[in-house]
Amino acid sequence: MGFMDFFKSSWGVHPDDHKRPAADIKTRRIPVPPRVYIPLSQHVGAAARPRVVVGQKVLKGECIAEAQGNISAPIHASTSGTVVAIGEITAPHPSGLPFMAITIESDGEDRWIDLTPIADPFGLSPADLARKVAEAGVVGLGGATFPSAVKLALGLRSKITQLIINGSECEPYLSCDDRLMRDAPSRIIEGIELMMHATGAQEALVGIEDNKPEAIAAMQEAAAGRGKIRICPVPARYPMGSDRQLIVELTGKEVPSDARAADVGVIVHNVGTAYATRQAVYEGRPLVSRLLTLNGGAMGEPGNYEVPIGTLVSDLIAFAGGYKGTAARLIMGGPMMGNVIPHAHVPVVKGTAGILAFNAAEVAEEDARNCIRCGSCVRACPMGLLPLEIVNNIRADKLDGAEQLGLGDCISCGCCSYVCPSHIPLVQYFTHAKGQLWAQERGKLRTEATKKLATKRTERLEREAREKAEAAAKRKAEKAAAAAAAAAKKATSGA
Amino acid sequence: MSPLSMAGSATPAAAPHVPSKASVSRTMFLVQASLVPATLYGFWLYGWPAIFLFLLTVGSCVFWEALCIRLAGRLTKPQLTDGSAILTGWLLAMTLPPWAPWWVAVVGGLLAIVFGKQVFGGLGQNPFNPAMVARVALLVSFPVPLTLWVMPLPISSADAPGFHQSLLITLGALPIPDAVTSASLLGYAKTELSRGLDLAHAMGATHAPAVSYIGERAGSLGETGSLLIAGGGLVLFFLGVITWEIPLAMLLGLAIPALIGHSVNPARFLDAGSHLLSGGAMLGAFFIATDYVTSPSTSKGKLIFGFGCGFITYVIRTWGGYPEGVAFAVLLMNTLTPVIDRVTKPRILGRDKQGRPLQLKD
Repeated sequence: MGFMDFFKSSWGVHPDDHKRPAADIKTRRIPVPPRVYIPLSQHVGAAARPRVVVGQKVLKGECIAEAQGNISAPIHASTSGTVVAIGEITAPHPSGLPFMAITIESDGEDRWIDLTPIADPFGLSPADLARKVAEAGVVGLGGATFPSAVKLALGLRSKITQLIINGSECEPYLSCDDRLMRDAPSRIIEGIELMMHATGAQEALVGIEDNKPEAIAAMQEAAAGRGKIRICPVPARYPMGSDRQLIVELTGKEVPSDARAADVGVIVHNVGTAYATRQAVYEGRPLVSRLLTLNGGAMGEPGNYEVPIGTLVSDLIAFAGGYKGTAARLIMGGPMMGNVIPHAHVPVVKGTAGILAFNAAEVAEEDARNCIRCGSCVRACPMGLLPLEIVNNIRADKLDGAEQLGLGDCISCGCCSYVCPSHIPLVQYFTHAKGQLWAQERGKLRTEATKKLATKRTERLEREAREKAEAAAKRKAEKAAAAAAAAAKKATSGA
Repeated sequence: MSPLSMAGSATPAAAPHVPSKASVSRTMFLVQASLVPATLYGFWLYGWPAIFLFLLTVGSCVFWEALCIRLAGRLTKPQLTDGSAILTGWLLAMTLPPWAPWWVAVVGGLLAIVFGKQVFGGLGQNPFNPAMVARVALLVSFPVPLTLWVMPLPISSADAPGFHQSLLITLGALPIPDAVTSASLLGYAKTELSRGLDLAHAMGATHAPAVSYIGERAGSLGETGSLLIAGGGLVLFFLGVITWEIPLAMLLGLAIPALIGHSVNPARFLDAGSHLLSGGAMLGAFFIATDYVTSPSTSKGKLIFGFGCGFITYVIRTWGGYPEGVAFAVLLMNTLTPVIDRVTKPRILGRDKQGRPLQLKD
């Protein structure tokens, strides 16, 4: 840190990264476990719909559940074997609630389905290329798990000038992106070229934090001579990997709060996603495995592992040397934003960038104390919010006030909680309040819908009553007319 | 090991899972540590009575804090060990006349902790700087002992009161000998000006207190050790405990009008150097105005707040009834803190200053 840095206002925090030695250990591939549990909802959007039945034999890479709706992704078998169950299993979420998954008993052969690679993807139209990626079930592997093809197809609607490839990997402890960039830089570059073709972007900027010199060197070598792809080292600072922050850092563009990155001509994809895209197109391989980091003080053999989707965390850890001592906490994802998982009997999903087993010393938690208004959270917030003021509003149950202060702009990065000397769980308050607001909004919509229905019912009843009355009046008039006519007839005939 | 056992814990742990080294006690400790050199220097200059007063003030603050926490039925240990009451007492002691009697310390602690802090709900809830509340309340209630300054009598010198004698001075059993009393520089200047003398003559007189950079002058612990105070403040700045905005803005707010005034009419207005090194301006700028609880939390807000503190200090010193103005200025600016925070909200990423989403350029 230079002298002038004391005077600059800079967002973000600098936690100890703990990436090494795990990042420097050669990637290992885990053998196919006896059973894989493949959830139907591993992406943002609608859950996939199963297209296999219990007892059916499937091959590795076979589509076992198809996408439903515009934002969704298909799911593929991560090994060959027999479907033994389609039902609920524990989700990798702190709640430990169940969710739907397809269980496949492995036949041990790990036999691939016939793949359909594309030799000349640049001959395809951008839309066809995006379709190919969609069919392979590729989602954002940085953790957001947004279906990638949907983002690639944005190029058809908005003018995309720059593609940003996120290799910053700002979460401490995680190093799978780092490892991938060191192991397969040329494949990532191929994936980036495909993404540029699909989106129509003129250039690609690869942001890599400067704490990964090996990855930067490897990527620079692979990108040499491809002028449209630039490797851009960025300062190591959490949350550099958050898309809005990375876009500002690399392009200087600021995405309006109510807009998407594509609206300013930018699309952000993770390096892992670029790799998966390449595999999907050139090899025809759907997304059935991913690279993830095992780390933490209680992890037997920290490192990066190539893991079939649906592998139980317990199987994975057993392969990786079990626990070292006692694991006080299991986390899926990074330590800044990851979730505690209730136990290890949960599957690895497409968005799992890492599993951390922390020992008691690493999770030393302190009780929250009074806010001393030190303003550390204000300086740390990458969005320019006033976390201490927002939390005061939430505590007083003033959700409107919190919303006015920009609660909705919070990206839940956790910087505020991290720096707070009083150990106030600020980001938890924000997550809670966002949930409350969301529930309120839903409640409001429901009330409005009910009101609309009630109004319609009243209108209908009134209309029916009116119509009934009119019909009755009409009948009466007709009857009267008939009677009059009959009387007239009678009179005539009688005359 | 069975990770299943974790499911039994009462509250689910939430991100972030990595602890940082920041804590309230660490902050308080660092502030106290950077006050140590100036404090020890003050002890040496003013001897045992200053040490007794210091211990009594800190002790009194801790006592009142403990009593309040007890009465409120809150957890005693975490609140007492956060070090905030010690710091309040420490800062208050540094603003008092070093030979003030014991009851000043006790009443000061009561005013600072009970009326300045605990009645609002304790740490973090008080709108005013507790030490300054006590300082001002003491000054307006007991002006005589609060303005009775003594010349430095280094503890090693022959004239310095011994341990026993000092105890009697602090207990009020022994009057402070006239020979050692002296006006502070600001007090002297104010008196002479009010007598119609101009500063050129007044400051030239042989009995005039001199501005001494090494603190050989009458004043409080926080006034005489100005350079050590500023040094401690710089340490806090480099440790990241305080930011540069408030100290710099406050010193500028004091120095700029002083420079202008003195260059226009040196007979009427004191020079900037005297202002910066007197009356606890350094203590105020680095340690008092920077109090987290009672100052704004945004960068721009801190600049406004600091400048206001400095400027009001100058106005009070120059045109007000008191020779000294830091405490009043800080309290006045404390009242503005919520307003300053409101008008200096930082711009949210992706929004304009008014909070509307940025417009897309087509």
